[in-house]
Amino acid sequence: MKYIALIHNNPEAWQALSQAERDEHNSDADTFLEAITKSGELLGGAVVLANPSNAKTVRVRNGVPAITDGPFAEGKEHLAGYYMLDCESMERATEIVTGDPSARFFAVEVRPIMHMTGSDL
Amino acid sequence: MTRHAEVEDLLRPLAPQVLGVLVRRYGRFDLCEDAVQEALLAGALQWPEEGVPENPRAWLITVASRRIVDELRSDHARRRREDTAAARTPPDELLAPAAGDEPSDDDDALTLLFLCAHPALSPASQVALTLRAVGGLSTAEIARAFLVPETTIAQRISRGKQKIKASGIPFSLPAEPERADRLRVVLQVLYLIFNEGYTATSGPDLQRGELTAEAIRLTRELRRRLPSDGEVTGLLALMLLTEARRSARSRRDGSLVPLAEQDRGQWNGALIEEGLALVTNALSRTALGPYQLQAAIAAVHAEAARAEDTDWAQILALYELLERISPNPMVTLNRAVAVAMVRGPHAGLNLLQTLDDDSIAEHHRLYAIRAHLHEMVGDRAAALAGYQAAAHRTTSLPEQRYLEARAARLIDQGQTRHQD
Repeated sequence: MKYIALIHNNPEAWQALSQAERDEHNSDADTFLEAITKSGELLGGAVVLANPSNAKTVRVRNGVPAITDGPFAEGKEHLAGYYMLDCESMERATEIVTGDPSARFFAVEVRPIMHMTGSDL
Repeated sequence: MTRHAEVEDLLRPLAPQVLGVLVRRYGRFDLCEDAVQEALLAGALQWPEEGVPENPRAWLITVASRRIVDELRSDHARRRREDTAAARTPPDELLAPAAGDEPSDDDDALTLLFLCAHPALSPASQVALTLRAVGGLSTAEIARAFLVPETTIAQRISRGKQKIKASGIPFSLPAEPERADRLRVVLQVLYLIFNEGYTATSGPDLQRGELTAEAIRLTRELRRRLPSDGEVTGLLALMLLTEARRSARSRRDGSLVPLAEQDRGQWNGALIEEGLALVTNALSRTALGPYQLQAAIAAVHAEAARAEDTDWAQILALYELLERISPNPMVTLNRAVAVAMVRGPHAGLNLLQTLDDDSIAEHHRLYAIRAHLHEMVGDRAAALAGYQAAAHRTTSLPEQRYLEARAARLIDQGQTRHQD
């Protein structure tokens, strides 16, 4: 089963961390990614997103595009990055994610990815 | 000039034979397995252009051996640099073939299957290593079939090999007392490979169909070596009878067609015939097992010319047996369908109630089957809610589309009734 791990954080919370805490987060993240690469459970690599202030949101209504500044989601929490896992079960996926420093500092949402296989009906 | 596909067909069955010879000669399964991959690749590139060598097996052994010898030599030199005082085996002795009886190719392939499906390995590593070491597929081919990056498969293979090395798992057939349990894992791995290919519905996943062919080929080979094992025969029969329905189970756009609505004219008659003969043979001669029973159930479906001709009483009896010898909530779920077909939907719903506290209580399949039985009873509201709940819970896109369509049909029927 494939899962996506969505790292939600608050840019202000990241700013509020001390330099030592940010260093700890970054170095733990490297160790974490290396471990799940070696276990054959990480798909591709992790993606880190730019600060939401760089985002633009696109809507097309009646064929007319409207491009607005800023992210789609309102509120302080934003999608900060993501990575994909291929592992046995949701239990295993959440177990993996407990090792992610982002789960310690922020929160990581784990969601199954829809697949194209179907069992007999 | 020989075509690429023909070369592939020639190379793949040779992979375990060549690997077996090399592991017995040099030890070091991990190293030999890499060398065989390189030799297979060399064959796949050279043979279509230059023609197939007179003795393909010997050619592969020579090419792979050269590779291994180079590696062992540089290993040896490295160790000598690190520790010049210690007495080391001279390289020439490393390269000498082991003395003694050469086991047959059949034994080697069987030993390899047991090795790759060793319970110390994760299921994902078991599957990848089996396809490469026994199936002769490349890492890239396995990655394409499983829709994951090549590096992910490479990691699973190297992790599996490290595990074999670290655990000191010998290259020999497991001894009698544990052999039966170990064989069960081998069968599980083969069935996993089969299902990965079979459940793929269409389009970009076409390569995945190759996995079913590969699983069937490996299971056939296994049966040739263990012809009297009922479960090996049962699994092969189950695969053939299931594979026979593949082209009828989904439409061009990837949408699923339930068994009851499949065009049975599209079922593969040759596969059905072979599967039926195998399962009949196994059931009449060997101890009963779960694969044989599942194959027998598939056989009853295969024998019905139309869905309404299905002998549900026999299917129910088979599910009862299956549940007795290998109880599991998925079997109970399937038995509920058979109960509904034989004794009516209310009896089926009653049986489903026993699963409410089970681990599958929130499983989409339970919701879907309950909805189907509610629909049979005529409880449109409960059926609609059930299909919608099942659609939310499934992670399969084709299943979700099917469930949503069932729900939409009920809504349409409701509206038509209002207008009347």
